[in-house]
Amino acid sequence: MAVNEPLSLDDLIAIDSLLSEEEKLIRASVRRFVRERYLPRSAELFAKEQFPTDLIPMIAEMGILGGSLKGYGCAGMNSVEYGLALQELEAGDSGLRSFVSVQGSLAMWPIWKYGSEEQKQRWLPKMAAGEIIGCFGLTEPDAGSDPAAMKTRARKDGDGYVLTGTKMWITSSPIAHLAVVWAKVDDGDASSIRGFVVERGMKGFETPTVHGKMSLRASPTGEIVLNEVRVPAENMLPNVQGLKGALGCLTQARFGIAWGALGAARACFESVVSYARERVAFGGPIAAKQLVQQKIAEMAMEIAKGQIMGLHYARLKDSTGITPVQVSLCKKNNVGVALEIARSARGILGGNGILLEYPVIRHMLNLESVYTYEGTDEVHTLILGNALTGHNAF
Amino acid sequence: MKILVPLKRVADPDNANKVKIPASGATIETTGLEWKPNPFDEYALEAALRLTEDGKAPKVRAGEVVVVTFGPKETETTLRAALATGADRAIRVDAADDKLDGHLVARALKALVEREKPDLVLMGKQAVDGDSNQVGQILAEQLDYPMATFAATMKEEAGGLLVGREVDGGVITLRVKFPAVVTVDLRIVAPTSVYSMKTAPAFKYNDGVRFAALPAIMAAKKKPLAEVKLADLAADQGLRVTYHGFQAPPARKAGIKVKDVTDLVNRLKNEAKAL
Ligand SMILES: Cc1cc2nc3c(=O)[nH]c(=O)nc-3n(C[C@H](O)[C@H](O)[C@H](O)COP(=O)(O)OP(=O)(O)OC[C@H]3O[C@@H](n4cnc5c(N)ncnc54)[C@H](O)[C@@H]3O)c2cc1C
Repeated sequence: MAVNEPLSLDDLIAIDSLLSEEEKLIRASVRRFVRERYLPRSAELFAKEQFPTDLIPMIAEMGILGGSLKGYGCAGMNSVEYGLALQELEAGDSGLRSFVSVQGSLAMWPIWKYGSEEQKQRWLPKMAAGEIIGCFGLTEPDAGSDPAAMKTRARKDGDGYVLTGTKMWITSSPIAHLAVVWAKVDDGDASSIRGFVVERGMKGFETPTVHGKMSLRASPTGEIVLNEVRVPAENMLPNVQGLKGALGCLTQARFGIAWGALGAARACFESVVSYARERVAFGGPIAAKQLVQQKIAEMAMEIAKGQIMGLHYARLKDSTGITPVQVSLCKKNNVGVALEIARSARGILGGNGILLEYPVIRHMLNLESVYTYEGTDEVHTLILGNALTGHNAF
Repeated sequence: MKILVPLKRVADPDNANKVKIPASGATIETTGLEWKPNPFDEYALEAALRLTEDGKAPKVRAGEVVVVTFGPKETETTLRAALATGADRAIRVDAADDKLDGHLVARALKALVEREKPDLVLMGKQAVDGDSNQVGQILAEQLDYPMATFAATMKEEAGGLLVGREVDGGVITLRVKFPAVVTVDLRIVAPTSVYSMKTAPAFKYNDGVRFAALPAIMAAKKKPLAEVKLADLAADQGLRVTYHGFQAPPARKAGIKVKDVTDLVNRLKNEAKAL
C-alpha cells in the first residue's frame, strides 16, 4: 500500500484561517527562536538543572516579557498573540515558558494593575527589558491550595512594614531581583492580605534554591525566606487588598498556561508521529498498528479541541472579558490533556521514551508541575463544580 | 547608507519531501508548500541591518534598508516578515513565479536600482531552490558596478566596503566602492562579521539572524509596502531559461549493515568501487 505524507497538526486544526497576519508572524518568530536557540540546549539544561540566563536579553528584545501589558515599555499584544508566543516557548520547555509567565503575569502584572504610577515607572520598563527579574511569593510550606491559611506577616512599623515568613516553591526566586510577596498585615485575617515588592539586598531576604526536582529542572525554583525584612511603605502595592489581589494575578497566568501546555503536547505529538513512522516492529512501522494509531488520533483530537477552545476564550477575553471560571476550564482541560498526551507519547517511544535525547520524557516530567501549580487540577475541578452546582466543595 | 536587499521565498528546505511533481512532469506542484525566505537572503538582510545601525543596545537606525521581492500577492508575507525584522520599506514586483528567470530578475532589478539609487545591493549568494547563483553577478554586470560575491565579512569605510571572501586556503579581501553589488555567504551573520563605521570595534552581535520583535511585527503593518508592475521595470519579459521537464530524484535504496571492517573494505573495493 502506498504510504502518504502525514497530515500536519497545523493543517488538521487549520487555526491559521482564524489568525491575523501579525499573529502568524509572532508565532513564526518565537517558534524560530525556540528551534534555533533553545532546543539544541534543552536536554542539557534539563539534565544539569540550569536556566539559560544568557537568553534573557534576547527574549526581552523580542518583546515577550510582560508582552500582554500596555505601556511602560511593554509590547501590548492581544491575548491570541501572547498565547501563541507562550505556546511556542512551551514547545521548547515548560521551564522557559514558566519564566516568562512568572515575569509577565505574576510579577509585572500586579505592579501594572495594583501599583502606583511611581511603582510602575520604577520597575516595569526594566522588567520588560529583562534587566530586573521578578518572582511571585504566595505559596508557603503549609499553605498551597489554601493560600488564605498563609502565615507570612507584615507588621506595620513606623513608615514601613516588617515582613516575616517563608514562601515555598517560588519559580525564579533564586535569580530574581525582586519578589511580589503576599502577606497578612498585623494579625489580620485573609482580608488584610497585601502585596509587597521586596527587593534583593533588603536585610533578611534570602532565596535558597530547591534542589532535586525531577520536573521543571531548567527553571530555578526556590524559597523566599523573610526574616524581619524591613520594607518601606512605598513598596506596598496600594490598589488591592485581600486574597483577590494574588488570585487576579493567577487568573492572568493560568490563561497563558492553558495555551502554553498545548505547545508541550504538540512537541510530544510531533515526536511520536515521526518516531512511529520510522520504528519497525513485527514487520512494519508501528505507525501502521491500530493501537498506536488510536493513541495518535486521540492526541490530535485533544490538541485540536484545546486549541480551538483557547482561541475562543482569548478572543472573548479581548472583547467582553472572561471569568476566572472560564480560565479554570481552560487550564484544567489543556494541562490535563497535555499531561495525558505526554504520557501516552512516552509509551509509544518504548525504551527510547525515557531518554532525554527525545523531548517527550522532559515534557512529561515538566507537565507534572504544570498540573500542580497555578491551582492543582483538583482545585480547578472544585472551582468549576462550585460554579456549575452552586455548592462549594473545597 | 541606503541598501537594497532582494528577497526570494523558497519552499521550506526542511520539508523538501512535500514538493510534488505531477505525472506529466511539466511543472512543480506548489499548492500546500510551506514558504520560507531564502536563508541566504535572510543573511543579506541581517547584514544590511547591521550596516545601517549603530550597534548599540537599543539599536538606533542610521540608514535605510529597502527589501524587494518578485511574485504574486501572497509573497507580501515574506516582505512583511522582513519589515518586522527591521527593514524600513518594501517593494513587491508583481509577477508570476513561473514567468521569471535569473536574467529577467536581474534586468528588472537593474531598472529598480536606477530608480532607488541605493549605495549597495546586498543579496544572498544563491536561492536554495534552484541554486542558480547568478542574479547578483548578472545584475552587477548590467549596472557596470563593482561586485564581490560570497562575502563572509564586511567592513564599511568611507565610500565603500572591505569585503572578506573565504576561498581555498585563505581569505581574499576586496575593496569595493559604492555603488556596488555584494552577495553574501552564511558566515556573514557570525558575531563579528559586519561593522558599519558607527559600530564600536568591540561590539559583538548575537550569532545568526535576529528574530522579529513582537512590537516590531505589529508596527510593520504601518511601514510602506509598494507594488510595482514587472512591465514597468522590464519592457522585454523574455526568458533565457526554459524548462523542459521535472523529475523527482530517484528514491534512495536502503542501506546495508556490514559484518566487520574486512567486510566493509571488501565491499567498498568491489561493490562501491570507492577504493
Ligand atoms: C515547580 C513549581 C513551581 C511553583 N512556582 C510557584 C510560584 O512561583 N509562586 C507560588 O506562589 N507558588 C508556586 N508553586 C506552588 C504551587 O502553586 C502549589 O504547589 C500548588 O498550589 C499546590 O499546593 P501544595 O503543593 O501545597 O499542595 P496541597 O495544597 O497540599 O495539595 C495536595 C493535594 O491535595 C489536593 N487538595 C487540596 N485541597 C483539596 C480539596 N479541598 N479537595 C480536594 N483535593 C484537595 C490538591 O489538589 C493536591 O492534589 C510552584 C509549584 C511547583 C511544583
